[in-house]
Amino acid sequence: MERLLNFIYEYRAFFTFLFLELLCAWLIIENNQYQSTKYFNSSNRLAANILGFSQGTREYFSLRTINENLAYENARLRTELEKRNQLIGDSIRTHIDSARINQFEYVSAKVVANSTNLYKNFITINKGSADGIAPGMAAVSDAGAVGKVKSVSEHYAVLISLLNVDEQVSSVIKRTNQLGSVRWDGLNMRYSNLLFIPRHAQPVIGDSVVTSGFNAVFPEGILVGIIREVNLKEETPFWDIKVELSQDFGRLAFVEVVKSRLKSEKDSLEHITMGDTK
Amino acid sequence: MNRSGVIQFILFFLYVLVQVLVLRNLVLFNSAFCFLYIAFILLLPIELNSLILMFIGFVVGFTIDIFYDSMGLHALATVLVAYLRNYWIATITPQGGYDSSSSTSLMVNGLQWFLVYTLPMVFIHHLVLFFVEASGFTLFWYTMLKVVGSLLFTMSVIIILQYLSPQRRRS
Repeated sequence: MERLLNFIYEYRAFFTFLFLELLCAWLIIENNQYQSTKYFNSSNRLAANILGFSQGTREYFSLRTINENLAYENARLRTELEKRNQLIGDSIRTHIDSARINQFEYVSAKVVANSTNLYKNFITINKGSADGIAPGMAAVSDAGAVGKVKSVSEHYAVLISLLNVDEQVSSVIKRTNQLGSVRWDGLNMRYSNLLFIPRHAQPVIGDSVVTSGFNAVFPEGILVGIIREVNLKEETPFWDIKVELSQDFGRLAFVEVVKSRLKSEKDSLEHITMGDTK
Repeated sequence: MNRSGVIQFILFFLYVLVQVLVLRNLVLFNSAFCFLYIAFILLLPIELNSLILMFIGFVVGFTIDIFYDSMGLHALATVLVAYLRNYWIATITPQGGYDSSSSTSLMVNGLQWFLVYTLPMVFIHHLVLFFVEASGFTLFWYTMLKVVGSLLFTMSVIIILQYLSPQRRRS
């Protein structure tokens, strides 16, 4: 026993090293698992404040573009609203299920920090659990899909960006309704990949790719991007499709977090029907 | 805490703030990053116990991780460098050993020794950092490009800061 202790004492530096590295490895693996409420990330108030200061300085240089985008979106929404008013005025819908109409609620938030150059990019925003944001919710911008909430603190939240090799979004090609999955390959921040489109499908350059709404995180039909390149290799069962993301993540300034009111209902229904078979 | 300890304590905050506020936003060609904070570990006094060194490395890496949302990643790479550092310094001892002042700075030891000392250390740090982040070797060449690009960027900044540092007068 004494020799063992002596041995450990002799190599204490190495054992401490081993202990610290294992601790780090555990933290990395733990962090890779989805959606959690953690304290040690940029949703921590002090960290978010410091990052917000840096982002605020950067933002001065792009205020003009941000303003233009917001004005453009205002106009678009006004048109949309007018159309909807006309429809309701014509009372085409006889029965309106208010729960379905109010299925999604949007919370606007400002981007505090954002990265685009890493393999696993995250976005920090300035709304948190105090505004009803919870892990698993979707985030969109005026241009299209942005990401999914990973963890929240009281006043801040961290989103997994679409530019994250761990993130997959269930999507469809709008024209053919062919279901696939959008996942980033870690290379170019403007392009992502559409996976699992079978050989028999006919994707065309210029087709838009939108969210499918199957997992009830994203609302149906949110624009993800436009197909820019299609390739079919000899031996593979699926198409190689490059999608230009509609949101330029380098210029992200505001996002809207989507609260889905029916998600828990849908999930629990599926849970009852399908059981725990995952 | 003695005087040098207080200075190191202030330097710690300085390095973290510069890394988080400035260098985090400064990425060249989408692939060259500057992880200057590693210089804090490399420039700590030579005689520092490697246990203390590793704990400092862990704290620094962990602090950076909070801002990069990369739990454990920077801590892993930094602890590795902190562990290897003293062995490497012992290996490359110049003839006649180190001065009693025992600083690792460029001005005390000369450019050649400083490059031999820092280049492999920064390279190991970046290598571990980017490959663990990519979680595998699927994007080998692209990740390698990031490693080499960042190595050049980080080294340039470290060396420029060495020439600008006030320790110059001492030699």
